[in-house]
Amino acid sequence: MKKGQGVPRGLWIKCDSCGAILYHKEAADNLHVCPKCDHHFRLTASQRLASLFDGDRYKVLFNRVRSTDPLGFVDSKAYSDRLKTYQKRIGPQDALLVGQGEIDRGPTVIAAMEYGFMGGSMGSVVGEKLALAAERCLDRRFPLVIVSCSGGARMQEGILSLMQMGKVSAALARMREKQLPYISVLTDPTTGGVTASFAMLGNLNIAEPGALIGFAGPRVIEQTIRQTLPAGFQRSEFLLEHGMLDLVVHRHELKETLATCLGYFR
Amino acid sequence: MATIVIPFLEPIENLRDKILELEMDTRKGIDNSSELDKTRREHEETVNRIFSSLTRWQRCLLARHPDRPYSLAYIHDIFTDFTEFHGDRRFGDDPAIVAGFARFGGEPVAVVGHQKGRDTAEKVRRNFGMPRPEGYRKAQRIMKLAAQFKRPIISFIDTPGAYPGIDAEERGQAEAIADNLLVMAGLPVPIIVVVTGEGGSGGALGLGIGDRILMAEHAIYSVISPEGCAAILWKDPARTEEAAEALHLTSPDLQQLGVIDEVLPEPFGGAHMDPGGMASTISDAISRHLKQLKKVRPDVLVARRYKKFRAMGTSTDR
Ligand SMILES: [Zn+2]
Repeated sequence: MKKGQGVPRGLWIKCDSCGAILYHKEAADNLHVCPKCDHHFRLTASQRLASLFDGDRYKVLFNRVRSTDPLGFVDSKAYSDRLKTYQKRIGPQDALLVGQGEIDRGPTVIAAMEYGFMGGSMGSVVGEKLALAAERCLDRRFPLVIVSCSGGARMQEGILSLMQMGKVSAALARMREKQLPYISVLTDPTTGGVTASFAMLGNLNIAEPGALIGFAGPRVIEQTIRQTLPAGFQRSEFLLEHGMLDLVVHRHELKETLATCLGYFR
Repeated sequence: MATIVIPFLEPIENLRDKILELEMDTRKGIDNSSELDKTRREHEETVNRIFSSLTRWQRCLLARHPDRPYSLAYIHDIFTDFTEFHGDRRFGDDPAIVAGFARFGGEPVAVVGHQKGRDTAEKVRRNFGMPRPEGYRKAQRIMKLAAQFKRPIISFIDTPGAYPGIDAEERGQAEAIADNLLVMAGLPVPIIVVVTGEGGSGGALGLGIGDRILMAEHAIYSVISPEGCAAILWKDPARTEEAAEALHLTSPDLQQLGVIDEVLPEPFGGAHMDPGGMASTISDAISRHLKQLKKVRPDVLVARRYKKFRAMGTSTDR
């Protein structure tokens, strides 16, 4: 198991929600959902794509796109070194893996964010790959699904990260104009610039249960208003209640729900 | 004058005070012309010295200068017949964003912009220029109205960021901003964006998609505030200046990164020293760009706008 899935290495894992000790295979066989309390553990992007495409099969797209460290950014560590570390640990995909395959035998592009790669943060690579994904869908009249899992824009690429929000939203505007379906799937966590752009722009917005979804992070809000936040604030069910989501869907039903919904639009 | 003293501007302000005093003496009939000349020269040299080597953090302080002109001041200077329109028709009216129609060189245009408050009461009323969802939705309503009647849109950016509060989240802050990005990308009329002060992240971008992005010389535009960045990446709020340096958030930075089209030079000593002068520079720039954009067919305009944002960012596939 790779780090960043909410599940430590080893044969046994502990559910971060109910504390149950689970045999690793038990969780994996259950799509990484706790069999005791239904807590959804975080998936890697490749686990996500495999869980959604027919026969777990898909072709990875645009995986050579790499960041160039445009600002020469250095905090406690150089961004260029950070990138190398994550590329070694997680893979070359940066914080987004794009796959083409089929859902219910219909060709579909799914882009899944990789939280393990710098908190799923969106820099130029994520923006570029999403724009390429939307353009492929425009070219071939495919539907697009984006599975968000991100802390927001990547600070290390400064303003260029912010501009990816505009770039991807503009590409989605084109899809809308050409009557091509785009379904946004929001998973834990989806915050910041990712929520304030493509994650909220689905023709349908569908979330997994209990996911943290918001514009500002809970800590920022608490510091601003100086009060504790109500229980369940910014969770999927809260957003559903406030009209921001079409559906909250258990991971076991997600693939079938996507197939049904895409079927309405095909 | 400023109630909050910005340390690096103090020598300039002291010399200005001295000039004012000497001028007063002159009016009383005291002959001090040589000292006045000397002080004026010293003032000019000091301004030049300080402004020729501004750090990025100093530009942040200028962008947030308490006397810096805000959107409504520019709107009144640049346009005629401005009528402010209110409300998002969904929930309420957000005073942190102003929107309306006006005339520019005689021709009707739509105007939207963030609005900060000047005194304490207005600051609170306008929520320090931090919009809630209804502000973005009001702006979108006015921009769509502009598209319906084929009027260009001028957008003024000046916000620390979208408001991070419980009510804003409940009413879909993220959705409100996201939808503006999508809608602005497709409006078939010219959109000119002018970053006049603080371009605070998504809260700024929510009014920031356009055919031309212009930026006042000492304005800033950033993915996160230097304070926020220091707290997260350095885990130390004291390292804000370092964060400001690393973020590349000034107008020359953004021009070099291909995010903005033009830097609008500020009056001597900054926009707050001569708001009218800054307004006239902005007005000239709007006029120039509007002239070009009005010649472009609407579908070509939208296609070029897409290309413009599509090209932002740097990556390699080799
Ligand atoms: Zn559990």
